[in-house]
Amino acid sequence: MNKLAQQFMGWVDERFPATKLYKEHLSEYYAPKNFNFWYFFGSFALLVLVIQIVTGIFLVMHYKPDASLNASGIPVAFASVEYIMRDVPGGWIIRYMHSTGASAFFIVVYLHMFRGMLYGSYRKPRELIWLFGVAIFLCLMGEAFFGYLLPWGQMSGWGAQVIVNLFDAIPLIGKELSLLIRGDYVVGDATLNRFFSFHVIAIPLVLIGLVAAHIIALHEVGSNNPDGVEIKKLKDDNGIPLDGIPFHPYYTVKDIFGAAIFLLIFSAIIFFMPEGGGYFLEYNNFVPYDQLKTPPHIAPVWYFTPYYSILRATTSDFMIWLALLVASVGTLTFLTARNNIVRIAAAVVALVLIVGFFALDAKVWGVVMMGGSVMLFALLPWLDQSPVKSIRYKGTLFKTILAIWVVCFLILGYLGVQPPSPVGKVVSQICSLLYLAFFAFMPWYTRMDKTLPVPERVTFE
Amino acid sequence: MSAMTIMFPKTFSRTFRFLAAAVLSLALPLAAHAENELHLDKAPLQFDDATLQHGAKLFINYCVNCHSASFMRYNRLHDIGLTDQEIKDNLLFTGDKVGDLMRVALRREDAKQWFGAAPPDLSVIARARSGEYGTGADWLYTYLRQFYRDDSRPTGWNNMVFPNVGMPNVLWTLQGQQAARFVEKTGENGATEKHLEKLELIQPGKLSKEEFDEEVADLVSFITWMGEPAQETRQQIGVFVLAVLAVLGVLTYLLKRAFWKDVH
Repeated sequence: MNKLAQQFMGWVDERFPATKLYKEHLSEYYAPKNFNFWYFFGSFALLVLVIQIVTGIFLVMHYKPDASLNASGIPVAFASVEYIMRDVPGGWIIRYMHSTGASAFFIVVYLHMFRGMLYGSYRKPRELIWLFGVAIFLCLMGEAFFGYLLPWGQMSGWGAQVIVNLFDAIPLIGKELSLLIRGDYVVGDATLNRFFSFHVIAIPLVLIGLVAAHIIALHEVGSNNPDGVEIKKLKDDNGIPLDGIPFHPYYTVKDIFGAAIFLLIFSAIIFFMPEGGGYFLEYNNFVPYDQLKTPPHIAPVWYFTPYYSILRATTSDFMIWLALLVASVGTLTFLTARNNIVRIAAAVVALVLIVGFFALDAKVWGVVMMGGSVMLFALLPWLDQSPVKSIRYKGTLFKTILAIWVVCFLILGYLGVQPPSPVGKVVSQICSLLYLAFFAFMPWYTRMDKTLPVPERVTFE
Repeated sequence: MSAMTIMFPKTFSRTFRFLAAAVLSLALPLAAHAENELHLDKAPLQFDDATLQHGAKLFINYCVNCHSASFMRYNRLHDIGLTDQEIKDNLLFTGDKVGDLMRVALRREDAKQWFGAAPPDLSVIARARSGEYGTGADWLYTYLRQFYRDDSRPTGWNNMVFPNVGMPNVLWTLQGQQAARFVEKTGENGATEKHLEKLELIQPGKLSKEEFDEEVADLVSFITWMGEPAQETRQQIGVFVLAVLAVLGVLTYLLKRAFWKDVH
């Protein structure tokens, strides 16, 4: 029997690198042995992706992307979701898994990204892993945005309306662009059908490709670890890193344990609080979308709210502060850069931005700020100039600034679900500035920071 | 070597404590909410079969004349202990089948003309009406008990929870008629504003106040149940799933520990 299996694998391996792939990615992929709690979130993200795809396949069998009204005057799309919840056997569990999965996806991805920021996982030679990751994050935001329209409730329709209207602000092409995205002058049947198409095929295809690229790049350079030391520097006689252990079986069994705990928490939400207190399923989304009835308070789902807050904070009275921030970063670059081309570029970009801040409508900058605050993550590998990777060996300065940034991010998230208020506006403006400053001044404060010496090998036990 | 030392190294817990303290100190002052303008009574819900059956009967008799519940099938009432025969005898309109959805004969165009707006579908109304003031059930329980006479409205009725609502008080034969008492207050801009202070019963109905409250509670219990008929099943399965996953968690932890014995 064993011989037969060997013969079979031999036959396959001559035609497809099955054993080679298995070794490269599992049994002979050496990961640092000192992974901690934070390193579960990557595997959780993969698990949630699988959950979303499988539940999504079953939802599409019963969901109808149709905005026309049925005999009872209810939009067909809205009715088909309730049909899944009531008349499709097991439909409610599939639907709750998918709706809770969306929020779970963002929770694990935010924590996964924060892990990268704690331990400097974006630093050389892992810049491309990080960039693929940022692209995955952008796709995820698109996927969530398009998917949120499908239940066709009040928040679905009006949320989409608000976001698509943002594109109006883009000079020259804005009006045409938002019309192209909607396919109509208001969010309607055409919008629903194209968003459905994006949600079930276009974005998932790109997403899966990016996830593959993310993992291939990771396995090429090897994983970082909480100490931020390169385990490949010290190898034994067989060329195996001294601090490395094979991914399979060590991290497969560890991640299976992690998955059990994740599913325990995930199931507790699905079975006992699927609405997530109105944050995972918004109450107003149980009212069918009505183009003529604007809800008094349109809040995006929680995972978009930090960026939504930044959008709302960017009003005309905020531009002077933005200009000051850009001017100070420009001046700093001009004074400290060694390369003359960089110095001139910094001066020109800063001047153009500052002129633009006052020449163009603040609404345009709100959109730029919202998109830009997400894109800023992509620059981290080059902004971070610290001699050490991991927070364990960074100084108090960096730790304090990171803590302030996290607090600002959470406050922005909180304010984004609240109705606008004068106090909230000032607080969100301060937090937005600090959010930006974290990135903008990073090249300088990471150099000033007093770091600790990094050990030769990872710390374990 | 314990599991916790692997999972929470000291730097992590220190960073985490620092972050948590910072978040709390900054976020607390922001959490102060605006004063609640809408006060909702807590709905005394009950989900036993007898209550839900009584609520279903009230719902069919008083609500489905104008409101549809077009995601609900009559035979879903099996879940609250009714048989096909009982549904046919007591709840169905002539010509309907037990597998039918709870639709209305009222045409939407007519309804719009009569009430100003077509009465909303009630299938998920208990979920839709949840919000910062209370659950959807609380909203419905308060709303249905706070109609008052108002001759300035086309229907002759107004409501404390939903001012200028198009719906008349369909339960008035049970509740009787209430009138509103207003007090005059000086508003922020100096003008006098009329504020509703309380409702007074001016003509008693068939039921006492307590009896009527119970009746509405039963009706609201049914509407809440109808918002998610799978809720009870969901929670029953949930307990089982969590138990299985807890066992799986322990077993996979032991498996992990066995494999990791030789990592030094």
